[in-house]
Amino acid sequence: MLRFVARRLVWMVITLAAISFVTFVVIKLPPGDYTTTVIANAEARGQDIPDSQIAELKRHYGLDKPFIVQYLTWIKGVVLHGDLGQSFAWNQSVASLIGNRVLLSMVLSIASLLFVWAIAFPIGIYSALRQYSGGDYLASFLGFIGMAVPEFMLALVMMYIGFRYFGQSVGGLFSPEYADAAWNLGKLLDLISHLWVPIVVVGVAGTAGLIRITRANLLDELHKPYVATARAKGLPEWKLLLKYPVRMSLSPFFSTVGWLLPGLISGETIVSVVMSLPTSGPLLLGAVKSQDMYLVGSFVLILSTLTVIGTMLSDLALAWWDPRIRTRFQKG
Amino acid sequence: MVQQTEAIAPDTQHETPQEVVKSLRDHGALPQWRLMWRQFRRHRLALIGLIVLIPIYFMAIFAGFFAPSSADTAHTALPYAPPQRVHVSAEHGMFVYGYSSTRNQETFEQTFTVDKSKIVDVGWFVRGDEYSILGPIKSNIHLIGPTKAGEAFFLVGSDQSGRDLLSRLIHGARVSLSIGLVGVFASFLLGMLIGGISGYVGGRVDNIIQRIIEFIMSVPTLPLWMALSAALPGSWGPLTRYFAITVILSLIGWTGLARDVRGRFLSLREEDFVMAARLDGVGRTGIIFGHMVPSFASHIIASISMAVPRMILAETSLSFLGLGLQPPAVSWGVLLEGAQNIRAVATAPWLLTPGLAVVVVVLAMNFVGDGLRDAADPYK
Amino acid sequence: MQPLLEVRELRTHFELGDGVVKAVDGVSLSVPRGRTLAVVGESGCGKSVTARSILRLVEKPARIVGGEILLYDDAPDTKPLDLLAAKDKRLRQVRWADIAMVFQEPMASLSLVHTIGDQIIEAVRLHENVGKQEARDRAIEMLDRVGIPDPKRRVDSYPFQLSGGMRQRAMIAMALSCRPRLLIADEPTTALDVTTQAQILDLLQDLQQEFGMAIMLITHDLGVAAQVADEVAVMYLGEVVEQGPASAVLSHPKHPYTQALVRSVPRLGQRGQDRLVAVRGTVPPPYERPTGCRFHPRCDSFMAGKCDVTVPVRVRSDEIDVACLLYGEEADR
Repeated sequence: MLRFVARRLVWMVITLAAISFVTFVVIKLPPGDYTTTVIANAEARGQDIPDSQIAELKRHYGLDKPFIVQYLTWIKGVVLHGDLGQSFAWNQSVASLIGNRVLLSMVLSIASLLFVWAIAFPIGIYSALRQYSGGDYLASFLGFIGMAVPEFMLALVMMYIGFRYFGQSVGGLFSPEYADAAWNLGKLLDLISHLWVPIVVVGVAGTAGLIRITRANLLDELHKPYVATARAKGLPEWKLLLKYPVRMSLSPFFSTVGWLLPGLISGETIVSVVMSLPTSGPLLLGAVKSQDMYLVGSFVLILSTLTVIGTMLSDLALAWWDPRIRTRFQKG
Repeated sequence: MVQQTEAIAPDTQHETPQEVVKSLRDHGALPQWRLMWRQFRRHRLALIGLIVLIPIYFMAIFAGFFAPSSADTAHTALPYAPPQRVHVSAEHGMFVYGYSSTRNQETFEQTFTVDKSKIVDVGWFVRGDEYSILGPIKSNIHLIGPTKAGEAFFLVGSDQSGRDLLSRLIHGARVSLSIGLVGVFASFLLGMLIGGISGYVGGRVDNIIQRIIEFIMSVPTLPLWMALSAALPGSWGPLTRYFAITVILSLIGWTGLARDVRGRFLSLREEDFVMAARLDGVGRTGIIFGHMVPSFASHIIASISMAVPRMILAETSLSFLGLGLQPPAVSWGVLLEGAQNIRAVATAPWLLTPGLAVVVVVLAMNFVGDGLRDAADPYK
Repeated sequence: MQPLLEVRELRTHFELGDGVVKAVDGVSLSVPRGRTLAVVGESGCGKSVTARSILRLVEKPARIVGGEILLYDDAPDTKPLDLLAAKDKRLRQVRWADIAMVFQEPMASLSLVHTIGDQIIEAVRLHENVGKQEARDRAIEMLDRVGIPDPKRRVDSYPFQLSGGMRQRAMIAMALSCRPRLLIADEPTTALDVTTQAQILDLLQDLQQEFGMAIMLITHDLGVAAQVADEVAVMYLGEVVEQGPASAVLSHPKHPYTQALVRSVPRLGQRGQDRLVAVRGTVPPPYERPTGCRFHPRCDSFMAGKCDVTVPVRVRSDEIDVACLLYGEEADR
């Protein structure tokens, strides 16, 4: 088990390094750099900036150095000081801009993950055990719909229904009276009462996918000989189903985090734009539109990092759950 | 007395249905594509999906003809006009009622009512905006439209600039439906190549490629797409942008296909018929393209068909955020961008119809993909 | 003497979309107490389905459509229990406590995510009112009996940590953990290599002596049957065509099918010129059963106008029960 954990950790560090590099490439991808923006802004105001000042700016931001040096300087700042760079559009440090928003994004994504699990597994198991029943067909049909409706579409429809029939905006995470208040119990309850709509909206696609996977997995397991053995032993039907095939089919419970979490974060990003939630989505969109690359890059970096950590935790949980994985690295 | 321990008869019980099918196939009794079609036909939802998709694609190809007007013809006086109903009477034939608008003096909100005094005659095969069919051929015949060119004719309502949403929907289908195919083709090439190498060469190369795929899959796609599209210069024209977006989508979309291809290669490598070909002295390329690829082509087609709707959803999402295609290009995502404002949607819910189109198409494609997968693997 | 188990006219059909496959269609056989009955026949003749039908383990699309399966009590002159008519709860009590089963693939028939000990303890505690520790001791004792080295440690192993032969031993240990009166072994050695096969068969025989249980051994291998069986039942196309003492059936078979089977097996000391003779023809397609005697299209002693019309009933000839028109009286069905 220790070997397994060590391997996963090493792999995680390598992944994170790769992510940070790709991020930096993306940051540097647009033609021109910060000075281009400064010059453009100055020209828009009808001013002219002397070349010496531009060179000074370049030196100040290290833009005259080779790419790899720039990357190392940047990543050093990120790792050692949590310095993610400067948002040009906001003229603030990126870290101060995104802290709370990323936190709320994670809360929303993890809540959606729990929602997906809580809904998808019972339905998937039911569908498999009652294959070809009315409930199974209903679940499959809803699953297909869930996969076909884009998250933002669902968000829009929810907003429309809320606006049209309840005369209120379902957007946002806080009621106006709590929006700027300090954290207290009231604010937390207020958050929870607002949170369920985006959670459901973000979770629908993942739920649909997971229902299908759980159902297919369980159907594969149901007719395996070890189930017949358990039945031959005289176990009551529901008890043996839960102990054997269902347990076997629950491995995806953990292994799905790897693909579910990135999907949920993607969904969260777009849904929060539609519902104007104070999470990373709207700020990221704004940053993308104004080519505020350090801000964009930081979001990519942080969201990816959190996803990779989440995936690793789920791998460890899977090893705990499934002895075949746990013992794989024992012998060597 | 019997002494030996030998099986008494060939083991027919363990002959799986796959093997039966395979032997039929080998005897040329049923070619694979016919088997697939037979299986596909049994999947009722898949058949319905196909029946829905074919006319939609047909309409997209001949968008100019099917759309009552061009995508950009605007009736600036009629923003957010509600859908009209086609009436038929002995006196007028086919017609719609016109609009009369009133402006609320306090909120400056414009409201439309059906004005029964204004009658707009509607006919089949009418002349209207000029368009080109498949490139050079020009025409101005439209399947349906107002007989007097230029009259307002909004079967599903109009948008904020008074453009006919139905026409824009039909024109937008061209981009939305084609980007899925083009994007999947690009990721198919990448996935096939990289997955093939990974699966065929195996060993260390395979290991490295798998780690890279895992890495790409672990990154949340939407933020990455957004970041990449942020790097696109704003000065690019619609066509360049179209291809750039396709490239961005397929750069991330190839991983799933590569995994599929690799898995197939890995399992096929050990198959007897591949070994037999190798012993026969067939070269590497010969084995890959003459023996291995044909035997999993059906699976690949199935996975591709599942990837197309994902691409469409991706383009729609990006364009909806204003990061994909930009006006004046029309795609369903671009149309939906107009629905971002919830107040606009509340007064003009028909702005959501492009979303409905996306859902219908993606649903149909998923059904077809499901059917293809079952057909490729009839006993699984 | 009263048999332990009697199967009468068992019918198990597969109801498929394209039609009904009568996998088991009128099987009658009896399992003597404390002895070994081998059920032999070509693959697809319905012997495995018969075995599974006894404990009602067949799953959709298969369905038991008729017959009786009578389990007799140890005390003489008591009414036997018809397993097909028994309530689910009663049937669950019979499973494992009276009749246990060993399957072909030891890897697939054990759960891979539970330890072997866990799976044995579960069976023991299900049928006997014993504590955890006691059940665990029993598991270790059983593993020891079936020849698994270091059972105290192995009890906490997962099946995938054992070799194929060891897994099948563990499976047997599990099957015997509740001291059943009948052990049904469905091709227990087919998935194993030849040396291990012999060891497992020896083990089964030793354990039978020790526990005094009856064994119903399903096999396609006449050699295996000859090695361990006291009685042999031969199946063809879903019915038993011949049952009798192993020595009689295998050395002087009555039914032309059994005769052909025995001829098709190589023997030690056989000369080169005596070529092996396979059973003539092929098994007919599953949806079409021949009229009259089911074996008649492949039979060397085929009597036109008789075998293809009349369904043979079982008659006793010497010590053997045989269903063939060459022997005894005829009947129309």
